[in-house]
Amino acid sequence: MLQIKNLTKIYDGGVKALDNVSFEVPDGQFLAVIGLSGSGKSTLLRCINRLIEPTAGQILWDGEDITAASQEEMRRIRRRIGMVFQHFNLVHRSKVITNVLAGRLGYVNPAWSLVNRFPKEDIEKAIKQLERVGIAEKANHRADELSGGQQQRVGIARALMQDPKMVLADEPVASLDPVLAHSIMSHLEDINKNDNVTVLCSLHFLDLVHRYADRVVALNEGKLVFEGLPKDIDDKKFKEIYGRDAERVG
Amino acid sequence: MNNKQKASPWKSIKTGLFTFLALVILAYGFEITQVNLEELRSEKRQESLTRVTRALAKPDIFEYDQVEEVVNQPIYVPCSASGSEASAAEKTSEPYIVITPACAAPGETVQVEGFNFAPYTVGPLRFIPGSDPSNVVSLGRENAETDEDGHFIVIMEMPKRPSDDVQYIRATLRRNVGSPHLSQTAHDTWDKIIETVFLALLATVFGTVLAIPMSFIAARNLMKTVKSPLTSITLSTLGWPLGIAIGFVIVRWVGNVSAALGSNILVNLAVVVIAPMLMWFGVRWALPQEETVVPSRVMQFGRLGVILLTVLVGFLGLFQLASLTISSGEILQTALGPFGFLGYFLFQAGDIVAILTPVLGGLAAGGTLGSILGRMGQRGSEKLPVSGIKTLNLILTPVAGATILGLLGQLVEWLYQIGDPNLTLWGPMAVGALAGLLLAVFTKPKDALPIGMVIYSVTRTFLNALRSVEALVMAIVFVIAVGIGPFAGVMALGLHTIVSLAKLYSEQVESIMAGPLEAIEATGANRLQTIVYAVIPQIVPPYISYTMYRWDINVRMSTIIGFVGGGGIGFLLQQNINLLNYRAASAQMLAIAVVVASMDYISSVLREKYV
Repeated sequence: MLQIKNLTKIYDGGVKALDNVSFEVPDGQFLAVIGLSGSGKSTLLRCINRLIEPTAGQILWDGEDITAASQEEMRRIRRRIGMVFQHFNLVHRSKVITNVLAGRLGYVNPAWSLVNRFPKEDIEKAIKQLERVGIAEKANHRADELSGGQQQRVGIARALMQDPKMVLADEPVASLDPVLAHSIMSHLEDINKNDNVTVLCSLHFLDLVHRYADRVVALNEGKLVFEGLPKDIDDKKFKEIYGRDAERVG
Repeated sequence: MNNKQKASPWKSIKTGLFTFLALVILAYGFEITQVNLEELRSEKRQESLTRVTRALAKPDIFEYDQVEEVVNQPIYVPCSASGSEASAAEKTSEPYIVITPACAAPGETVQVEGFNFAPYTVGPLRFIPGSDPSNVVSLGRENAETDEDGHFIVIMEMPKRPSDDVQYIRATLRRNVGSPHLSQTAHDTWDKIIETVFLALLATVFGTVLAIPMSFIAARNLMKTVKSPLTSITLSTLGWPLGIAIGFVIVRWVGNVSAALGSNILVNLAVVVIAPMLMWFGVRWALPQEETVVPSRVMQFGRLGVILLTVLVGFLGLFQLASLTISSGEILQTALGPFGFLGYFLFQAGDIVAILTPVLGGLAAGGTLGSILGRMGQRGSEKLPVSGIKTLNLILTPVAGATILGLLGQLVEWLYQIGDPNLTLWGPMAVGALAGLLLAVFTKPKDALPIGMVIYSVTRTFLNALRSVEALVMAIVFVIAVGIGPFAGVMALGLHTIVSLAKLYSEQVESIMAGPLEAIEATGANRLQTIVYAVIPQIVPPYISYTMYRWDINVRMSTIIGFVGGGGIGFLLQQNINLLNYRAASAQMLAIAVVVASMDYISSVLREKYV
């Protein structure tokens, strides 16, 4: 269970990215986070693993207060939270397998990983994850030799290496074409359904939300404006979330 | 529209004024830099310019073996009172010269005619003052050149060196024999240009190795996120000097143990082989590759002990390695013959290890203690109640402040020898303690202070200050420190390489993509892991590129660092220019041009290939 209580983030320039946001996510749920660009979706996801320090509020995960965790504890918390990014965020010049193995960095002994030594089990596991997302044959290619869809699959394999209990996906399909988008989303669904991993996924397209999400939260200018089932988003709700002038596409 | 028309005359006047001002500045520049073409037109200048240019155009690279025919012919300047003797002593086959008239007043001209020399030879025709025909001092600038019969005629002006004694005119005619071969200058130039290239190589290698870690602490994007609570900073600041002192003492003790073992090669070898094996087992046991549960306290202390032991064994191994390489280097130096330089290298490398080991030990212990205490402070300020931390800060921060400023004061004392402990020890300590106290009073105990930005600013300032000192100036200092020679040049160029590369590198670190950094951080990686997995792969190509660029610069710099005694070809070049030996200087300039151009080419090829 992930509980978010009165979360607020104000950036240095005074921009209020999150404004008193509270909601809960039961274990194993596929939660879609929707809203306009700049509505605070990315900030919300990054506050959960504290890539961004929240200004106020609390995040409880299975009762443990993430916002109050020390650096040492944060390392243990973060390694159970996988993250997938819009721009994949792979290290371009490294090999695919190295990018995937990086997912183990929170587990392995820092001293050994500095000289690029991973346990044998980890390497076998990395190959297995690549097989799971269907690009095992690319393991020894450089990451930037891969196409966008393949790169995102490497990103998912990296998140899987963490043995995550939760995956934060920050617009994972926003820079992919619709066919690839479904392929990536179905990988996330697979993780969610078969591994019982909680998924928080910010999305732009409502058909993807309807197709994959169990539940939806919507942000508008940092405020939580909707919380409910995907089918509850009717035209009126839509205008509330996306603004009066918005029109539905897709 | 109207407005614009009104403004335009003002604009013209302004432009005119600026142009005039620019001209005045330029005119003043002429005055300051003494632009004067009059000198260029003077005949004397043109003559020497021609001479030097011609010499430069004939670099002294190839030469023939030469045979000389030297003939000295007596002459009286002015004519002696006893009258002139016949100057020509007729000989049939030997070369000889005839002077007509046989004596002359100073300033008068005589005709010198040579016979029986080898055909087609050239050489100087000189007046030899004094009565000694073997005198090396000679006057005049005439050259004699023989025709097919070995005969020449030259009109020569007698210098204003009157003497009652007999003086001489000497003809030295030289001709080449055999095939051309490399001149002595060419050999010297070769030796020195090799020295130059290696000087640049060593400076670049040392500079690069040290600049890389520095570039990370001089990168804004990496340091900005480094924030620590005051307790952690304070404890860490105390830990560093304490650790360095302790480490230095311990490693010195290990050094003594090593010295007690003696410099027996077999003992050395045994230790050098066994130590890494012990270390391997120690490290394998104390640093498991992966663990999911937090180990017990006892286990943690046990591990710490094993690591410490491992490190001690490592240092013992280093000392023994130094001893081993020094003694084996000494043996190899004579045994290897032409490859004796490998022995020399071993010897010097061993010496470097022996000197660096205590320093390394001090730094390692300082870093370890600093980071352990820092982490304790971090954990303390996370777990302890606010009032407890506040009290701790109030006690510790003044101590830390006093320590830092006290040490700085001691440095000032050492540099300037003020000799007043009130000024250089107690004063700074009081100021430091006060500053620490104020800091402790006015910071909230749990706040994270931007210590990263402080370190960043200090490093940047230090780099910029050192970078503004030219390598040539540094070389002057190092010549005093380690003596004239290439080693001083290596130190100077190396230091300059460190500071300028660290700056260039850190700017590359600042311009990397932030995405991968964020992704690696999100996996739970710590700071060092993030640098290794997200930063380093991104900066490899620009680092290679900048290193090659620097290598280029170092080759060029090393050609002139000899001007101030820093070794390399510059020393030879300067010497030859001062001796007016322009043909030799030309050979060295040519060598520099060839080396710089080929380095340019090689580095551009490599850059294309790897970047």
